[in-house]
Amino acid sequence: MEFGLFFDISMSGLIMGGIYALIAIGLNLQYGLMRILNIGHGELLMLGAYITFSLYSWMGLDPIISLLFSGPILFLLGLSIHKLLFRRLIQASISVEILEMNSLLICFGLLFIIQNVALIIWSADIRGYSYLAYPINFLGGVFPANRFVAFSVAILFSVGFYLFLRFSLAGKVVRAVMQDKIGSQVIGVRVLKVHSICFGLGVAMAGITGSLLSMVFEITPFMGLPYTVEGLIVIILGGLGNILGSLIGGLIIGLVESTGSYLTSPDLKMVISYSVFIAILLIRPKGILGR
Amino acid sequence: MRTVLIFIWTITAVALILFPFFASVYITSLFIAILMYIALAESWSIFSGYTRYISIGSAAFFGMGAYTMAILSSKLPLPIVIVIATVVNFVLAVPMGFITLRLRGPYFAILTFGLAEFMRYIVLWWEMKITGTRGRIIMPVEQEAVYYSILVISAIVFLTAYIIKVSRFGLALQSIGQDEERAETLGVSTTFFKVAAFALSAALMGAVGASITPRWTYVDPYIAFNPLISFQPIIMALIGGVGNIYGPIVGAVFLGLLSEVLLIRVPYYFMIMLGTILIIIVLFIPGGLTSLIGKRSQSSPSPILPATPV
Repeated sequence: MEFGLFFDISMSGLIMGGIYALIAIGLNLQYGLMRILNIGHGELLMLGAYITFSLYSWMGLDPIISLLFSGPILFLLGLSIHKLLFRRLIQASISVEILEMNSLLICFGLLFIIQNVALIIWSADIRGYSYLAYPINFLGGVFPANRFVAFSVAILFSVGFYLFLRFSLAGKVVRAVMQDKIGSQVIGVRVLKVHSICFGLGVAMAGITGSLLSMVFEITPFMGLPYTVEGLIVIILGGLGNILGSLIGGLIIGLVESTGSYLTSPDLKMVISYSVFIAILLIRPKGILGR
Repeated sequence: MRTVLIFIWTITAVALILFPFFASVYITSLFIAILMYIALAESWSIFSGYTRYISIGSAAFFGMGAYTMAILSSKLPLPIVIVIATVVNFVLAVPMGFITLRLRGPYFAILTFGLAEFMRYIVLWWEMKITGTRGRIIMPVEQEAVYYSILVISAIVFLTAYIIKVSRFGLALQSIGQDEERAETLGVSTTFFKVAAFALSAALMGAVGASITPRWTYVDPYIAFNPLISFQPIIMALIGGVGNIYGPIVGAVFLGLLSEVLLIRVPYYFMIMLGTILIIIVLFIPGGLTSLIGKRSQSSPSPILPATPV
């Protein structure tokens, strides 16, 4: 393969990979802290996309500025979901296994509810708008400007959140709760507060990803599930509960998908993702960075 | 008590057999749908109900059954195709079970979901590239034939569930659901029982898929491998109550009737209600509806997923 073509394909893979990474970090934060595997993550992402779309079509608000709305709105939604459903479930569950399964089932319920509320509000029509749809040159390759913006913002949030976890005191608290819930409770961490804020943050990340995706792709109430699946593939690749793993895993999955579907056929994109997914689960269920 | 039960079952069986002679076409088709839900929910709980390995991949086996019927319906008689679909699914599910059942909890659940989607994309790709079609037309069959085949399959599924429940096989599955390590230590060959139950449940789902397909007259991968077919049996079994052979029936009848009334008229509100019911059941009624009626929970195994300390 000629180098220029290879570069183009890897760059477009990395661009999607950055978005997958942000999806996966939100999911993984919730799983790592609370053992909630949020299968409705993609539906929350879809809500973010519709918020941006609605603000743009009603008052022409710039999609980048709409992040200031979709993020906080989804954060508040996340706080309420945690308070209404998961707080009780986490406190009442007698074992981690039972909590994992029950929260998965509740998230399925959420998926149905959110998707169909969106169908009632926005109907099943495909929506979309044109934003920054001109090509730009970058390092010798040509990319649509909107993809480039979406990728940059996604990476900004992903890396920013990773650095926050790694270096700030609040981030240390979150990691402490991830490692040992009871231990951190003993030293005075308010675990419940950490849980609810982080659940909200995870949901807010889904909303932001949705806003970014709406700049590039068409949106429908059914758009969520494939992104949830991509996110799950990434967190299983990077390791459940491992935030850095999700960041790296997202970029890897983006690359594998773009080169894989180039080498075989674009129709096989989902088949390739699922093959990678099944292979990782069977060979290294703890992820590439797992211990 | 025993004679009363036998009496009730005989009456029910006779009524169900004579049913299409008296009922209207609409009522018969409603019964076909409810019998299908019963068979699916009961086959799901044969494996997942006892072992607590939650499979979200029923659509994979249902879809394989549906496709077996779509391919063979013009060549072979209906009952033979259903038997072939059952065997195909059993044979397919044994290696799949060996591979997937090494994982537990959410890993297993997501893997089964991934497998169902994977198979849908494979079949879709195969049909478009190799066969050059997107969907297939199926030879129409009389409604009575569909009714009786689904009735026979539901009866077989129910009998299987009953036999498993009262046999050592069911006891082994329950022990896996309660504590797999301990079961293994006590000499239960957990892998054998898990794979056997998984394949049995898959084979029965394949039979359901094959026997319901002639009613559609058209099938494509999106219909046959619809993820809703993976979700519905779980919700029905949980609503009715798992670990109790009547639970899935109660859930299937309840949700089947509800979806008949609401799904066509207000589909979005129906799905919202479905989600809400699922959440309420998991949070507040972990034993399902049957646990509210009969307080015989001591004799039956503990509810599948108690949300509250027991």
